[in-house]
Amino acid sequence: MIRGMKSGLLAAVSLAFAGCAATGGEPKAASDKPATTASADQPARFSKDPYPSTYKGYPSRLTVVKNVTIFDGEGGRIDNGTIILSSGKILSIGGADVAVPTDADVYDGTGKYLTPGVIDIHSHLGVYPSPSVEGLSDGNEATSPVTPEVWAEHSVWPQDPGFTRALANGGVTTLEILPGSANLMGGRSVVLKNVPARTVQGMKFPGAPYGLKMACGENPKRVYGAKGRMPSTRMGNMAVDRQTWAKAVAYKKKLDEGKAVDRDLAMETLAGVLAGEIRVQNHCYRADEMAQVIDMSHEFGYKIAAFHHAVEAYKIADLLKKEDICVAMWADWWGFKMEAYDSVPENIALVYKAGACTIVHSDDANQIQRLNQEAAKALAAGRRMGMEISDEQAWTWLGINPAKAIGLADKIGSLKPGKMADVVLWNGNPFSVYTRPEKVWIDGALMFDANDPKRRPVTDFELGQPGEGDVK
Amino acid sequence: MIRTLLLSAAALVALPAAAQDIAIINAKLVIGDGSAPIEGGTVIVRGGKVVAAGRGVAVPSSIESIDAQGHYVTPGIVAAFSRVGLVEVDAVAGSNDRSAARSRFSAGLDIAPALNPMGSPVAVNRAAGVTRAIVAPGASSNLFAGQGAVVDLADDMDMVTKPRALQFVAFGEAGAAKAGGSRAATFLLFREQLLAARSYARNPATLAEWGNDAMIQRADAEALVRVINGTTPLFVRVDRAADILNVLKLKGELPALKLVLVGATEGWLVAREIAAAKVPVIVSPLSDLPDSFERLGATQSNAGRLEAAGIDVSVGVFDDDDAHKMGYTTQYAGNLVGLSKLPGASGLSWDQAFAAITSAPARAVGMEGSIGSLKPGRAGDVVIWDHDPLELGSRPTAIWIDGKSQSLVTRQDRLRDRYRTPEEGALPKAYDR
Repeated sequence: MIRGMKSGLLAAVSLAFAGCAATGGEPKAASDKPATTASADQPARFSKDPYPSTYKGYPSRLTVVKNVTIFDGEGGRIDNGTIILSSGKILSIGGADVAVPTDADVYDGTGKYLTPGVIDIHSHLGVYPSPSVEGLSDGNEATSPVTPEVWAEHSVWPQDPGFTRALANGGVTTLEILPGSANLMGGRSVVLKNVPARTVQGMKFPGAPYGLKMACGENPKRVYGAKGRMPSTRMGNMAVDRQTWAKAVAYKKKLDEGKAVDRDLAMETLAGVLAGEIRVQNHCYRADEMAQVIDMSHEFGYKIAAFHHAVEAYKIADLLKKEDICVAMWADWWGFKMEAYDSVPENIALVYKAGACTIVHSDDANQIQRLNQEAAKALAAGRRMGMEISDEQAWTWLGINPAKAIGLADKIGSLKPGKMADVVLWNGNPFSVYTRPEKVWIDGALMFDANDPKRRPVTDFELGQPGEGDVK
Repeated sequence: MIRTLLLSAAALVALPAAAQDIAIINAKLVIGDGSAPIEGGTVIVRGGKVVAAGRGVAVPSSIESIDAQGHYVTPGIVAAFSRVGLVEVDAVAGSNDRSAARSRFSAGLDIAPALNPMGSPVAVNRAAGVTRAIVAPGASSNLFAGQGAVVDLADDMDMVTKPRALQFVAFGEAGAAKAGGSRAATFLLFREQLLAARSYARNPATLAEWGNDAMIQRADAEALVRVINGTTPLFVRVDRAADILNVLKLKGELPALKLVLVGATEGWLVAREIAAAKVPVIVSPLSDLPDSFERLGATQSNAGRLEAAGIDVSVGVFDDDDAHKMGYTTQYAGNLVGLSKLPGASGLSWDQAFAAITSAPARAVGMEGSIGSLKPGRAGDVVIWDHDPLELGSRPTAIWIDGKSQSLVTRQDRLRDRYRTPEEGALPKAYDR
């Protein structure tokens, strides 16, 4: 089972590399001429990265953690392990025999655990920040059922105190911020490093692919049905989606043929999906509905990177495995609407058992602080029904699998030499309720230390407010 | 043959009929009153009630003895503030009796007849070790939400332990919105309605005299009279420190008032005043985000700091999914134990944390003499766990409510078993039962 999963993973990683190499970061339809010389009868050369990341890792020190239990994020475990972080990268990882440099900051991890930084593939921090007031509510462009032209990064408020809580309590080092699920096509996601910055660009994960948030099911039909417009049913959802994809296919054909097109931001996003450059992150609960959406992806020729929420994934775990679609789930949310009625606490474990790419996500500003605990509950539920899943295997749900689903498995999600040094040192087994992050490094820089009040970020919003600088 | 089948089906439904007399021996016994677990403990339940619990308790030979094999044996969890029984699916209006926002009544609303003991949230939460819950109504059209109840989560049709066990009112932002838009309106509306109720109590004819100008209906007035004279505890949802102080002042005007603070997110900022007023607090302990301007001081250390100030603290699951996730109660309590190890933070000891989800909520609602601990005379609500009940993934292996053995099987278990392998077999899944 594990072997199968790992080989699937490697295939996906090489596919991601291939995608990058083929496009070279430039649109396929671009002419060779720069934008300044584009004329009306020639396609313009649009930048695909007009809001570029300005994130740079903070200064890091040569760092060693030894005598520590390591979950490597790909299913491996090292007892009495050693890790060396250097210049923002993982330099080496191994057992007690790893040579420790003399000029390093050395931490004794006896009784503690070390994991890759937690990745939350489904967060609305920044677009639905704290305080949750109308003036800051920027997560749903709920004025049209299809808005692939909006970009979450244009809504994110970098001062959201939720980011700092996710870091300090949850060891979250990377988040995918999605638009909300009011719309069938809600817009582009943005992947952030969980490092405070003055600008969103200062948090943007360098080189991360974009995602397209899609939603099926009850939300779009409720939101637009209530406005007396299409879609008001599930068949309406599918019809609007299909009509939009048909338009996108035609748009992309024009681009591919080098024909002139008026700039259409919505179609640019969808063409990017059809070209395999933008990854579909699809909110979808019910098994039957996921199957419909899979057929739709075949009809129009795009790939679904992951289903999110996927409460009924256990009913079609074989299909999801066959389609190589990742599945992001809660441990035990249920009952808040009909499509969440058939939730079972074993969902995550059953999907894992089927060999599909299994992810624990939050979709919640509070639960993002305890994704390790959500994974622990799912793991316990699986074990209760007789599945043999080790702790280190379960950490793939927070490690390499979300990294794969957002297209960053080559950079984060596991502790391998050369990868970004996004690392959490936990003060006990991270699957225990009594455990908290002790230290969190991002790109090798110590960004949180439970023992050092100076390594505890306080957002602008919290300055001068009750409880400023509190442990929280 | 068919007759036998029918009979056994009927027998299944009616299975947990009578209370058993039981002795659970060899337990890691948790009384629930804040004392430390007792190794090698015994608890004896007779006639549905605890008659003895501790070490060296003699077991009468006449009753069934169950060996816990050193596992944790505890009182059932008391969900301190919930909507279990009122909601099946939140987004399905017909199955959601949480609120009565368009009713012409408010304080007089009584949730008891709205409770559904057969709802799947009852079974799911029971299987997580919750045996009792304090259930409050959500908002009505007026400031007062109505009268909540204390319920049991047993597998039978009688869910109500104590009806009209509390009156619920929200101050702060929610109360201001109900009252007309500001906190000033909340306090005025609160006082005016209580004064009207008092006038009604002195002379019921006044209500008729007020006619259409009456602030409240007769049923509301009767419910509020019970609040004024302290018969019904008043559970007040309030978060901001300044609002808490104003709520505490109400005791000065209405000395018989039995206040319970719910939420009290900024309670730690005014812990001294809450302690002096001897008002218990039910917290949502992991709320640590400044998610509104009345919760800027939110911190997970709230519970620990309140406890340290001498306040009676209960741990609840609300501001969350308060109809379905009572099972989070133990997880939340466990987090407070973990927090106690964090430099600069305040948490609870394990013993305190367990009391905060058993005897403390029972005390808040004035029922410490009948539920929430394994002291003699309390209801025979007993749970055997597979390991540390505050730890993630720990589950009950046996539950008794009022001494009656309970089913641990839920609808979710049935779904899980059907899809243990997702592929269909010789017949569709619908034939797989």
